[in-house]
Amino acid sequence: MATAEHIENPPAELGEGGVRRRDFLNIAAVSVAAVGGVATLFPLITQMSPSADVLALASIEVDLAGIEPGQAIKTTWRKQPIFVRNLTPQEIAAANATPLADLRDPQTLAERTQEGHGNWLITLAVCTHLGCVPLGAAEGENRGEFGGYFCPCHGSHYDTAGRIRKGPAPLNLEVPEYAFTSDTIVKIG
Amino acid sequence: MSFPWARQYDPKNPFMRWMDEKLPLPRLVYNAVGAGYPVPRNLNYFWNFGVLAGLALVIQIVTGIVLAMHYAASGDIAFNSVEHIMRDVNSGWLFRYLHANGASLFFVAIYIHMFRGLYYGSYKPPREMVWLLGLVIYLLMMATAFMGYVLPWGQMSFWGAQVITGFFSAIPLVGEEIRVWLLGGYAPDGATLNRFFSLHYLLPFVIAGVVILHIWALHIPGSGNPAGIDVKGEQDTVPFHPYYTAKDGFGVGIFLILLAIMTFFLPNYLGHADNYIPANPLSTPAHIVPEWYFWPFYAILRAFTVDLILPAKLWGVLAMFASILLLFFLPWLDRSPVRSGNYRPQFRIWFWVLVLDVLILGWMGGLPPEEPYVMISQVATIYYFAHFLIILPIVSRIERPLPLPNSITEAILRPGKGEQQAPPGMGSEHQPGDPEPRPAGQEA
Ligand code: HEM
Ligand code: FES
Repeated sequence: MATAEHIENPPAELGEGGVRRRDFLNIAAVSVAAVGGVATLFPLITQMSPSADVLALASIEVDLAGIEPGQAIKTTWRKQPIFVRNLTPQEIAAANATPLADLRDPQTLAERTQEGHGNWLITLAVCTHLGCVPLGAAEGENRGEFGGYFCPCHGSHYDTAGRIRKGPAPLNLEVPEYAFTSDTIVKIG
Repeated sequence: MSFPWARQYDPKNPFMRWMDEKLPLPRLVYNAVGAGYPVPRNLNYFWNFGVLAGLALVIQIVTGIVLAMHYAASGDIAFNSVEHIMRDVNSGWLFRYLHANGASLFFVAIYIHMFRGLYYGSYKPPREMVWLLGLVIYLLMMATAFMGYVLPWGQMSFWGAQVITGFFSAIPLVGEEIRVWLLGGYAPDGATLNRFFSLHYLLPFVIAGVVILHIWALHIPGSGNPAGIDVKGEQDTVPFHPYYTAKDGFGVGIFLILLAIMTFFLPNYLGHADNYIPANPLSTPAHIVPEWYFWPFYAILRAFTVDLILPAKLWGVLAMFASILLLFFLPWLDRSPVRSGNYRPQFRIWFWVLVLDVLILGWMGGLPPEEPYVMISQVATIYYFAHFLIILPIVSRIERPLPLPNSITEAILRPGKGEQQAPPGMGSEHQPGDPEPRPAGQEA
């Protein structure tokens, strides 16, 4: 490609500021192609993100009436499983007795529940390690060394507040956004 | 691109001559896998596995295209469409079992092929590029096999997809976004299945393209050999066809017998019963494991259980990827000029320790994450990294290799007199008082 240095007789070809017409055209053309290329990448990448119907998942309502203390149920929200657990007083006491210094992801039980509904532990049933559903909701399932949930995939133990205590998972079970619409109805999402 | 004594393609048939002028494809084949490619005369059966892997790729593509004619990648019917293949489609069961077991045997062939490379120093100059391209193929194969395993949409498919895409959520800050982007949702779903099918169909053809580059790169220096020394002259080589087409043909026969045994008598032996349960997003199988060929890496992933500056989860994922990426640096970690393990007494011991170590990792990876398995995985993981990062560089410095034979021909025709234990290739020239090795790079 010819550049200004190579031109034997520059004055005739150089415009103002020493820019050759051809260099300008080259740069302009390549720039347009580059911008166009990048602009095409964008839809190519975002087409893989969740589509509108996946995002438009309404919130769900859960009726808590039938869940006795010590019981838990599983439901789904945005295609993800959710645990709703009615904690027993012992479980609450055990959670509160744990010093925060012992926790990998320090949070109190109160921070993970709502005021006036301290016995309702609502979390995603998605292990924060690699996403398995931990055991412990149904009767007779392994609840791990801390009496909460146990993830069988790689052995993460969660306590009665759904906090990570042992194993490879880095974080506590996530608490989704929710609100009590009455004493026994909770709206998740 | 080849030795000067390579046979020249010289078509006699007028049609082939016409063809040679217009599109010299037959010439390309002749020079690549025909009589026009001179190969060291001393290759052993470990040199069969490249061709066997290529055969496995062809089998996967052919059976895969057949399956794709009857399969439907939709969350609601994928599982049933696989059952439809198994029960209703004519010979559908045959193609599915060939495809599933073909994938396993593909990995068997690739692992033997790779360990062959590790033992005989095939990754060393002048074949570094061949090794690097091979690793690219291996990575693509793993991606392909993982996505293929998701397609039947059983419990293992679903939870495998969840766990493996979960690796990406370990990336700090943007990890969760990347995971959601890969899945096309918050959990594996129809969108995930569709894109995996699209890519599972595509990647084998990408692999085929990289295989062509791999062979192209190989044919520049020509094939290595068990003695690990350079070809000196015409007497050291034989034409690929008919010599190695015949030898490979024998291997192909054995491979196909094994595939038939697996397909007809043990079709589900390497699978998991849980994958015959339709995907259930609400319940994880009690013991989820990937396919056997991922077990060593799965064991490394699970070996990290405590946070150390970084979260344990990130360590596990980093170590798992590092265990493969490390192999890209191997040509520069092992600087010994002697290629073949036959002439490296210390290297050879460590090589077998590595084989054992990977087998142990594989065994642990298939077991539940309980003690003592986790502890054993941790020790084995440490050895794996130490082998490549510490032991190999040191051994390649301090080791005194055995004397190399003077030529490939000498290595086969006059193996060490009276030294029954000695590997073929111990030159008869070797005097007990002559310890000087002749490094491969310095001959000629
Ligand atoms: C590198 C080559 C390939 C590998 C390693 C591979 C591996 C796999 C594996 C492990 C499965 C799951 C088998 C099961 O449990 O049922 C699978 C399924 C499938 N593969 Fe492939 N595959 C390859 C190439 C292809 C190609 C080229 C196609 C299509 C053109 C294809 C189409 C399919 C289909 C439709 C299924 C779902 C049906 C089934 O589960 O049997 N595959 N693949
Ligand atoms: S996914 Fe729960 S421990 Fe790994």
